[in-house]
Formats: sequence, C-alpha cells, structure tokens
Amino acid sequence: MKSLEGSNSRIVSVGAYRPARAVPNSEIIDRIESTDEWIRQRTGIESRNFARPDESVIDMALAAAKIAVERSKLSIEQIDTVIVATITYPFQTPSAATALVAALGNPQAAAFDISAACAGFCYGVGMAHDFIKSGTSQNVLVIGVEKLSDFTNPDDRATSFIFADGAGAVVISASKEVGISPTVWGSDAQSRDAIVMEPSWIELRGEIDGDKWPDIKQQGQTVFRWASFAMSKAAKRILEKAGVSASELAAFIPHQANIRIIETMAKEIELPDSVIIADDIRTSGNTSAASIPLAMDALLTKHPEAGGGLALLIGYGAGLVYAGQVVQLPPAWNS
Amino acid sequence: MALTQDAVLAGLKEIVEEVAGIPAASIEMGKNFTTDLDVDSLSMVEVVVAAEERFGVKIPDDKVTELATVGDAVNFIVSASA
Repeated sequence: MKSLEGSNSRIVSVGAYRPARAVPNSEIIDRIESTDEWIRQRTGIESRNFARPDESVIDMALAAAKIAVERSKLSIEQIDTVIVATITYPFQTPSAATALVAALGNPQAAAFDISAACAGFCYGVGMAHDFIKSGTSQNVLVIGVEKLSDFTNPDDRATSFIFADGAGAVVISASKEVGISPTVWGSDAQSRDAIVMEPSWIELRGEIDGDKWPDIKQQGQTVFRWASFAMSKAAKRILEKAGVSASELAAFIPHQANIRIIETMAKEIELPDSVIIADDIRTSGNTSAASIPLAMDALLTKHPEAGGGLALLIGYGAGLVYAGQVVQLPPAWNS
Repeated sequence: MALTQDAVLAGLKEIVEEVAGIPAASIEMGKNFTTDLDVDSLSMVEVVVAAEERFGVKIPDDKVTELATVGDAVNFIVSASA
C-alpha cells in the first residue's frame, strides 16, 4: 500500500456574498416589542442582510465561491475538493456541495456538506488542511453559507434580531510554508439543548403549518457563558498549539455571534491593542457558518495591510461544538 | 469554611462595579439587579462567572435567573460555600 506525500497549506483567497437587502433593527423591533438601542446594547447588531425569497443557499454560495476562485488565480478545474458548511440547505440529499460544483462547472470535484453550525467553517478549514497534509487534496474550496431567515421565527424575542443570511468562501492550497496551524476542536454535547432547530422533519410529516416549521431556538445566557469563557480557553489552546503568541497576531476573527462575546473573549485572551478585532456582526448579524469568511473579507477590505498576517479563527455553535486555528491571512486583493 | 455575608457582599460590590460600571456605594442587599441596578442578562452572566472564580463556588445556569436581588446572590454564595 502506498502513502502520499502531503504538504503544508494556506488560505490563498477569500470571497464574500452579502444579499442586497439590508434590514435595520427598525424593521425587526415591532414584532418583538423591542428597541434599536436594546438590540445594539445586547448584541452590537445595527443591521443585517436577508436574501430574497427566490435567492437560495446555492445562489449565495456560488457568488462567494466565484470571487474566491477568481482571486486565487486558479481555474475552477484545479479545485479538487469542495466542502460546504451550512445548517440551512433545505434538502437532506444530494448535498449543497454537489449543487455548487455543478453550478461552478466542475462536477468532478469531491464534494460534501458538513453540519457543525456556527463552527462549520473552522471545521472545514481544519479538514481542508488535513486533506492537503495527507496528500488527498491539492486545492480545496471551503464555503460557509446560511439562509437563516428561512429558519428564524420573526416573533421569537430571543433570536429574531440575531440571525441573518450570507456566504463566504476561501480557497486553501498546498504551500511550502505553514499557513494553517493544527486545529483545536471539540464539543460540549451535554449542552445540545442550548441551541436547536426543531421540530424534526419526521414530526412534520403530514402537518406542516406555521407553528410547526423548524426554527432556531437558543438559551441566551447558557450560550453566552460558554462562548465567552469556555471558548476563550479554547482560543488560548489554539495559540498554544500553533506556537503563536497573541502579540504576533494581526487579527482576531471569531464567529460573529454577539459583539459582547467578542469583546469578552478579546479581554480573556488578553489581546494587545495592535490586534485588529473583526466586528462584522454590527452590519451583518449572525450568519452562522458564513460569519468568519464574511468577517475575514470585511476585515481585509478595511485593513488591506493585515493581508499575509496571522489571524486567530474560532467558530462555535449548536452542538455545542467548536473549532479553530491560526491562519496566515490571504493577501488583500485591493492593496 | 463558609464565607460571611459581609465578605461576599464586599466582593460582589467590586465585581458588579467592574463588570457593569455601577458605583459600589449604590449596591445594597435589597437592590434588584435588573430594575434597580440596570444589570442586563448578559452582564449578569459575567458577574456570575467572576463570582464563581472569586468565591470558589458553582452557580448553575438555572440558578442565575433566580438571583433577582443582590441579597439573593449573596445568600446563595454564602450557602454554596458552606
């Protein structure tokens, strides 16, 4: 039996797609008897984007993927593996990834979806790196995409102002230098109930109506505690495993769940002021698996000088599950 | 050894001031975290985590919602430390 010689890997490009319709807090508050100020104070969110009813998960993933592939300077045929992280593709099978490779014009690539909620993108980055390291893949497209507006109850006072739509993609390729650190990942499955999408499809057989539609529900305090404190400890383990100190980072790009979680994590990790902290949550809301690549794209748009620098990524969400790594950011396309 | 009520109140005042920016002088046993001190649900989690570390006790999530007043929190921490 042969073994393949793999190599290191790095993110060579990023691409993002934000749906055109911006939805400010003022459009959300009437149904939940809340205020713009209350939402900003609790979450940092000022506005988010919702896809059109006829705009699908695949449409958004395709738009982000095309930009990432174009910026990578690779041809679509050179992409040998496609991983889609999503919890809102409304078909059990075939996967969103196969729809995507067909739409991209490369229907031969290995393609599959992963279900790790808001941690999905970092799970995908870790897998892409490991596929390249083992020699299985050479160029991997990792996409985080969500249309959470389809699975959020607009009358739910705990969630309706949080979740949103969008897609982000990266191309990860073999490289001589170490561009992605070993992934730190895990779960806290005793808290499976903390974030759920229910009821199950089986319960819906023969009785779909508005009340039965699966939508996302969340125990805010439980999630805030786990995300702010347990995830700060995980973030420190990521740095330790990567052999990178906080002062060597150019950027911190955590899952965009809530600005207060992000700020608490930054404090707990003791990030120096020199580290740019992604705050795409303010204008994009929580886009689950899409949030980290969307935030990476926004950060490099605003701070092209961070291109090529090191960034700490950490995704965490329903499961509860988490994953993260230190990556070398791709070069900014606008510098 | 169980902590005294005075010691826990003094420590809690410092924590609430640090987390929520509320002057320690205005924090009293009878004050309600939400209606009197304007500590929101997420800040309350930060207060609880800081109190757990400081006093070496566990305050489970389902207990947090029952701690309406400063006195509730002080008494819970005192009995949990016993």
